[in-house]
Amino acid sequence: MNSRSHYDVVIIGAGMAGLAAGIRLAHFGRQVCIFERHNAVGGLNGFYSREGRRYDVGLHALTNYVPPGVKGTPLTKLLRQLRIDRDELALRGQLGSRIAFGPGAADLRFTNDFQVLEAEVARAFPAQIDGFRALVAAVRAHDEVSLDAAPASAREVVRRHLSDPLLEDMLFCPVMFYGSPTERDMDFSQFVILFKALFLEGFARPAEGVRRILRVLLAKYREAGGERRMKCGVRRILLREGRAAGVELDDGAVITADHVLSSVGAPETEALLSAGGLPTPRPTESGRLSFVETITVLDRAPAALGWSGDTIVFFSEGRNFDYACPAAPVDVRSGVICFPNNFAYDPGEALAEGWFRVTSLARPEDWMAWPEPEYRARKQEWFGAVQASARRFLPPVPDAELAAATVATDMFTPRTITRFTGHQRGAVYGSGVKHRRGLTAAPNVYLCGTDQGFLGIVGAMLSGISMANHHILQRG
Amino acid sequence: MTKDDCKKLVLDIIADIAPDEDLTNVKSDVRLRDQLQLDSMDFLDIVMELRKRHGIEVPEADYLQLASLDSCAEYLTPKFNALPAKG
Repeated sequence: MNSRSHYDVVIIGAGMAGLAAGIRLAHFGRQVCIFERHNAVGGLNGFYSREGRRYDVGLHALTNYVPPGVKGTPLTKLLRQLRIDRDELALRGQLGSRIAFGPGAADLRFTNDFQVLEAEVARAFPAQIDGFRALVAAVRAHDEVSLDAAPASAREVVRRHLSDPLLEDMLFCPVMFYGSPTERDMDFSQFVILFKALFLEGFARPAEGVRRILRVLLAKYREAGGERRMKCGVRRILLREGRAAGVELDDGAVITADHVLSSVGAPETEALLSAGGLPTPRPTESGRLSFVETITVLDRAPAALGWSGDTIVFFSEGRNFDYACPAAPVDVRSGVICFPNNFAYDPGEALAEGWFRVTSLARPEDWMAWPEPEYRARKQEWFGAVQASARRFLPPVPDAELAAATVATDMFTPRTITRFTGHQRGAVYGSGVKHRRGLTAAPNVYLCGTDQGFLGIVGAMLSGISMANHHILQRG
Repeated sequence: MTKDDCKKLVLDIIADIAPDEDLTNVKSDVRLRDQLQLDSMDFLDIVMELRKRHGIEVPEADYLQLASLDSCAEYLTPKFNALPAKG
């Protein structure tokens, strides 16, 4: 049984970052325990069951995918650091994705072969191709994972190379949707992390979705001797003389620790420190970006409805893209469509049902405030609006045909996200301010995960690894 | 322990932390970094695996001694031979 009352390291949160940090620490002999308030692992990238069907939360695709043999990229580093054989993850590449504005203003296709995107830019924006190549060279040359990089506006850097605002917005659309914690603009280092993850590397997915990845992480963690306690939240960090002495759990139990590694976010960690008596002088603001996602389960593959060519579609109405907390409960003008069926699965791996998912920006206050009956009614109302908006960017399917093919639907909202992740305001990508070195007001409490600033699920795992290495393992 | 035994132990560690590298033709006198794709995270892992598996401590100031298999053997063999015999 997990009954110790002292650990070398306490990790708060069993998401990708916490699990990855735990594997490193346990592998090198640290007594480590992960405390998770939820009854499931994965955090933002978890899964849940409903009426016997398993739904993934978060993960559309694993970004940063590179084929076997390509080295020195985040995925390779991650596999090495966690001693994961890439076959264990059973990753299958995307068929092809698209950025679609208008509809009809412009379309750019891209795949896991970067030359496809380059050729598409040359075709659709011939006057911009030299600038695009110069931008890509700048992206390749940038050291985005430096822990000390000075912040810079990504919009400004991109405008040095591109003069067409349509192309600029088309490149920002996927990059922002897949990881920007800030509205309209983002830090250039974060832009580079995502540009590489999405375009220079690529998308893949195991046929089983996020469960496969979590199962591999949990097995490694258990084999290394790591412990975890579920349904066991941390309500405050206990302090002695300005240092963390341990944590107090939701049930009042006290666990002492030499180090605390928190994956729950910067504002959320500051609140735990504050509850223990150590306020942060300049608290980190919660992020402003949250989403809804509609999930439609089909009795046939999306290809059978004519939706065969796209894995992910990033869409925006008109020629502009406004990535911001909307004035309405949902901004249906833009979003991300995902067809989890449309990856290059091995024969026999094909998913049993069809899946059609659409993500759009949402205003968290509304979704948090509605009482349960109104919340349910609004979910239904917005489900239809989100799905209808997205379908404008797909080959047409008659309403009756889609309805006949639909066997189940679900929708998650900022409220669901807060329930799964504990992030204030349902802020999917955490706070707009990142803490690259992972430091907090207490010298032995460190951040990892979203608010440390490496993005995507590969980024989250690398964040856990880097912070465990840097703050704990390297110090001997 | 001989220097060749020591090189084998180091190669065993590299094989585990970088299974995607082909180690069949690693040259003893050439820097590991120049013939394999190993970054600072991988070198940190070599140091930590030496501690975990063999109880050998490599202080940060000595990391350069691990540049090639020859220099590893030169530096680590005396450390291995100084370990108390396992009983």
